[in-house]
This record gives sequence, C-alpha cells and structure tokens, in this order.
Amino acid sequence: MKKTPLYDRHAALNAKIIDFGGWALPVQYTSVMEEHRTTRACASVFDICHMGEMEVRGPRALDLLQYALTRDLAEQKTGQIKLSALLNDRGGIIDDLTVYKMDRDVYMLVTNATTRESDLKRIQSILEEKKFDASLSDVSDRTGKLDLQGPRSEEILQPLTPADLKTLRFYWFIPSQVAGIPAIISRSGYTGEDGFEIYAAAEKIGAIWDSLMDAGAPQGMKPAGLGARDTLRLESGMMLNGQDITQETCPLEVPYAWLVDWNKDFAGKAALSALKRAGIRKKLAGFEMTGRGIARHGYPVIKDGRTIGSVTSGTLSPTLNKAIGLAFIDAENSEPGSEISIGIRDAVSGAKIVQLPFYKRQK
Amino acid sequence: MSKPNPTDRWYSKDHEWILDLGGKTALIGITDYAQEMLTDIVFVELPPIGKKVAAGEPLAVVESVKSVSDVYSPVGGEVIAVNQALEDAPELVNRDAFGEGWIARLKVTDPEELKTLLDAAAYDALILEEKH
Repeated sequence: MKKTPLYDRHAALNAKIIDFGGWALPVQYTSVMEEHRTTRACASVFDICHMGEMEVRGPRALDLLQYALTRDLAEQKTGQIKLSALLNDRGGIIDDLTVYKMDRDVYMLVTNATTRESDLKRIQSILEEKKFDASLSDVSDRTGKLDLQGPRSEEILQPLTPADLKTLRFYWFIPSQVAGIPAIISRSGYTGEDGFEIYAAAEKIGAIWDSLMDAGAPQGMKPAGLGARDTLRLESGMMLNGQDITQETCPLEVPYAWLVDWNKDFAGKAALSALKRAGIRKKLAGFEMTGRGIARHGYPVIKDGRTIGSVTSGTLSPTLNKAIGLAFIDAENSEPGSEISIGIRDAVSGAKIVQLPFYKRQK
Repeated sequence: MSKPNPTDRWYSKDHEWILDLGGKTALIGITDYAQEMLTDIVFVELPPIGKKVAAGEPLAVVESVKSVSDVYSPVGGEVIAVNQALEDAPELVNRDAFGEGWIARLKVTDPEELKTLLDAAAYDALILEEKH
C-alpha cells in the first residue's frame, strides 16, 4: 500500500488504517460518529494527500479543457474553481473533478485518487489527438492536501495565514501561505460544511498538519478519517466516485446534469446526446428508511415485488439519526415522495424517496 | 483498552462470549474487544425466538456506521429470548458488551460443546495475537 506523507502521524495517533484504493489511510482515529459530529459542530482536519493533482499549461490549455471536460470554462476567472466531468466515448463518467484556474493558460485539476490514472490517460490521448499547444503533467506525488472542514474552520486557519479568509468566497481559492509554508487555500470541501482544502508541497504538508493541530486543539478541532468523510458527504447528498458513480454512469442519470454545457463540443458529447434522445431510464435518488434496518451498497430496491434498482450508498445518518442512502431506481419511481422497499438480508423494509441533500447547514 | 474478559464464561475465535446459566441455557453476546473494533454500534438485528442454530452459524447482525458484521452462535441450540432493549439502544453493546449488551439466550443442545471453546486466558492470548 502507498503511504501519504502523514502516515506516521496517523500511526502515532493510533488510527485504524485501511486500504483505500491502494492507499493506507485512516478510516477513524477514535470513532466515526464522534469525528462526524466534531466536523458538524466544530472542525476536523482530514488527510487527503491521496487525491490526484494535474497541471495543464500552455497557450491552448483552455481549449484542451473545454474539449476534455463537460463544463463551459470560458467565463472562469483566475482564482475560481469549477466542478466538471470527464467522460468516456460512451458518455460515462470517468471522473468528477475540480478545475482551478491558476492564471491565464495555467490550470490545476484535482482528481479522485482512484481515477487518477484513467484521467491522465484520457486527457493525454485527447491532447495527442487534437494537437492542442498545451502540456499535461501529473503533480500528485509532489503535492500534499489537507481538508479543514467545519463551522470553526475560518477562525482556526486565519491566524496561520496572511490570506484574508473572510473575503474568500465558496469555490474560490488563493495562493498564499499556511504557517509560513507556500500553500493554496481553497474554500471548498466534501462535507457540506464551511471549510478549506489546503494544497502544499508533499514534504511540507506534515508541518502544516502539525500547525493546524496545535492551532485547532484549543477550539476542539480533531483529526477525522475516511469513515466520517463518507458519512458527511452522504448526508450532504454528494456522490462517491467508484461507488455511486462508475464509468457506466452518465451525468444525466445522477445529479450532475448541471455539469454538462450542451452549447460547446466536448469528448463524449455524441454518445451523451444519443443517451439523452433515447431517454434516461434510471436515476440516482436519495431515500430514507421508514422501516427497520440500514440499507447498504448493493441491496436491492423493490416495489410491488419487483426489483427496480439497487442501493449505491447507505448509512445511519449521525446528524439526522435515521438510515439514509442513495440508489439507482427506475426513473418513474425516483421522484421525492415515492414509496419503495429495500431488501435487507432476508427481510424487506420500507423506505421513501426524499429530496437531496439530506442535511443542509444553517448559514 | 478493552475491559478485561470475565473468567465466568467461554469465548469463540469470532469474538462472541457465552455464559452458562445452568439448566441447559446460556447467554450470548460479543466481547468488549469486538465492540471496540466495531465502534459506534447503530443497529442490532436480533434473531426470532425459536430460531435453531448450529455452532458457527449466524445468530444476529451487528452494524456500526460503516460496517455490517454477523454474530455467530458459539454452540448449537434454540433461541429462547433476545435482548429487546437493543432495538432502541444498540449502543448498550458498546457501553456494556459483557452485561446489558447481551444479544440472545439459547437453549443449548449439548452443554459439552461449551468446553470446546476458549476460556478467558486463551481468549486474552488470541486478542493479543490479533493486535500484533
């Protein structure tokens, strides 16, 4: 298993380490429930060094990204972040990734850890085929990443950086410093809370972690693992690549239709148009259990004795204290209010479709 | 650190305990070490009364936020009672795995079967081995 630069710190904290897509990462330090609640009530710091970072630069960097990705990036400003999708030739999602506009002709792509290789291959092949004057390089190994998430993130981070965090808006970033170390601070995250994603050189990320731990401890900030990261993102209605979304999933079947800008050409557009014309038959929807039990990945969705879908993610929501989940369901039964059942082992238990997200923070 | 394993009962390699109540009945639960590994138990699926199980067969299901784990019956028998309190308070397993967090009471088919299980000292050794 690959280790992040923070591995020894996790081990020293007695974290429970798991294999996540080939990476040795902490699933929890003390308890998923506790780490989840600390994030919602205060703040947590997460090791996200496993995620991929790529740099795209050159006079036609924008043209490359405009063709490779589904989102129209023409109006993106320097310092702004855009979520986008990278599709295969069948219109399926290779990755949902974020695009950081660093400067004119310079971009950083932040990819999922498990899709890093396929992203690189796909964009590289587009680059070769279209012969855009741009270069693509994988800078993941020399880039470290931490997420600081939770309502008290700003007050914890502010004393450590000269950047004015008050004026940094959601989905914008600023190249600055944290604890005297050059870092990119981005107001974004994967928990549904206010917070920041911090990027710095891999060999310096440990020093930033230490400074954050010192600065955050008096406020009650703690480290959190992948377990809480998963329950937090699910409560907030966010999908997990590789679990809710696979290469066979198209953006129109999941809450990603907004990532597709039809007024431009992009790789996978022809196939996606054909899928749209044929009609979308299944949709990813959020549900909550009305009966007993907790739905889990792979459990069948049942209606009138017939299997009409499959659960992709499910957990007990620590904030709402009820069982929630995401499932692919026949489009006609995927509207909020629709009553379904979930097959849980030998039993069938009631559930109903609800509007996403399950949890929304008070602003 | 998990609580010490009481010497009044037997243990399985799958981290269940079984307490001989006499009269061919026994109480079954999971060990404190097991609850510590699972953390945050949020759901317990109890077996129906009258369910017959053989040694090593699934008896109940214990779910944490992130995981689903079977609880195996250490011996063969028939379920004669379950801990209803767990339906509303599954966290009792975390709080008191050896006491209030018991899962089921069994009518044991062959009490001799208990003696094939681990005693507290042997179970202590097993945990120590797993930790390293």
